[in-house]
Amino acid sequence: MNRLEVQLPGLSLKNPIMPASGCFGFGREYAQFYDLSKLGAIMIKATTQEARFGNPTPRVAETPGGMLNAIGLQNPGLQKVIGEELPWLEQFDVPIIANIAGSTSEEYVEVARQISKAPNVHALELNISCPNVKKGGITFGTVPEVAAELTKLVKEVSEVPVYVKLSPNVTNIVEMAKAIEGAGADGLTMINTLLGMRIDVKTAEPVLANRTGGLSGPAIKPIAIRMIYEVSQAVSIPIIGMGGIQSAEDVIEFFYAGASAVAVGTANFIDPFVCPNIIAELPTLLDELGIEHISECTGRSWRKSEPSVYCGA
Amino acid sequence: MMKRENMTIVHQERIAENIYAMTLTGDLVAEMNRPGQFVHIKITPQADPLLRRPLSLCHIDKEASQCTIIYRKEGMGTTLLSQKRPGETVDVLGPLGNGFPLDVIKAGQTALIVGGGIGVPPLYELSKQLVKKGISVIHVLGFQSKDVMFYENEFVKLGETYVATVDGSCGTKGFVTDVIAERSIFFDVLYACGPKPMLKALERAFPHKEVYLSLEERMGCGIGACFACVCRVSNSKTAYKKVCSDGPVFKAGEVVL
Repeated sequence: MNRLEVQLPGLSLKNPIMPASGCFGFGREYAQFYDLSKLGAIMIKATTQEARFGNPTPRVAETPGGMLNAIGLQNPGLQKVIGEELPWLEQFDVPIIANIAGSTSEEYVEVARQISKAPNVHALELNISCPNVKKGGITFGTVPEVAAELTKLVKEVSEVPVYVKLSPNVTNIVEMAKAIEGAGADGLTMINTLLGMRIDVKTAEPVLANRTGGLSGPAIKPIAIRMIYEVSQAVSIPIIGMGGIQSAEDVIEFFYAGASAVAVGTANFIDPFVCPNIIAELPTLLDELGIEHISECTGRSWRKSEPSVYCGA
Repeated sequence: MMKRENMTIVHQERIAENIYAMTLTGDLVAEMNRPGQFVHIKITPQADPLLRRPLSLCHIDKEASQCTIIYRKEGMGTTLLSQKRPGETVDVLGPLGNGFPLDVIKAGQTALIVGGGIGVPPLYELSKQLVKKGISVIHVLGFQSKDVMFYENEFVKLGETYVATVDGSCGTKGFVTDVIAERSIFFDVLYACGPKPMLKALERAFPHKEVYLSLEERMGCGIGACFACVCRVSNSKTAYKKVCSDGPVFKAGEVVL
């Protein structure tokens, strides 16, 4: 039995570990370090209809236990991703989750229609939560009705299941998740980065050229855990969890909160081997915890029924 | 295949005000060949400081399996690095990036090597390798002041060396470009590393010469995956080069400075 195997809509994963979108390019750089077939899946960098250059530099700034980024959805455009990047990834035995973005709902729909036809794309991740672009991105991710409408439109044209990536930059994430589930989403991925900012003490200028950026890394892990804990109890579609994961212990914590699989983001920048290392460490950790199969962990923090031995007063 | 190793510190020394030289030993040295490449160092295993620090190779000693990096103590990361002692290890990824091209110049020709501040270190390994090929080297090194000046004597041993300091405390008062102009130095290929205004001035001053510039930019991953360190390519709205994996050395005109 493969104790790490996970089944999700559209995705038959040999393990529940995948690099998060925007933290792994289209895989080429990491293929210099290890065989990408080891991964459960790959969430490729957000793709828009036309090529985008993104924001001016500096685009990253370090923060305590975290990192701010404002890349601005730089990507080579839909045709190049379909024509070059996805075919290149076909050499690996790994399902691709294509992250799609746009400035208008028409753009999202067109990208979804075309990219979902690629043979190795097994699911879409609808990026309605990028905080670093002026148009589109997060505006779709902060109003539940708008998010639901876009989900519906993309579901209509997509040939593969659609996961929607939630932004933490909302007042009520449960309300957002429910609206998206109601619109027919097959799953949720959460959380995207938190909007943040740093200012240089010597110059009084923002450190990032874009002024604000998205905060990622271990600093945001408790927020991700809390949000997944809340959302997973309110919806019945699966959640791929992300936000500061660095270790096998972190993975289990996300599962306990309510995730059914996880994505590793910023940690790839620090240790290129982090994903295969976590995959290798998980069975030992499951042994230590007395857990047979990783799926048993999903939602354990809130599924806990009556304690078997009553030891209250 | 790219590699990562916990390299051991064999020597660490403050060589000028806030400037430190650190020598590391490990198997990764066998992979270090081209001057201008850099290593990406995780200073502590903890999550703070979170990111690696890109630091250029100043000196590669294959026989001793040692390499030396020179860095300026500035923020939290480099401050922690400066407190490390011989025997301790640091997590090193690399060597990364493409270095300075050596095949663009022949024995008997002259290379002008121009460095500014903390851009000086990679030029030392470059100069050593050029001299080994029988190329004459002329160095022009710029610093803020005498207090932060370093390695001028090491460069003197390799070839003609001129220094400029902004405050005039050593050598010519002013910038490296002032030295080059006042001495009307002849050369076949120019190699430079330093602050962007200096690189821009050199690019402007020698539009018809072969000029190679090493750029510095804030980096995330150092391997080309995060798109933090991109720069624009002339006459295109979307074309780009990544400083970490396409550079850090570019031919003048290849990217927009």
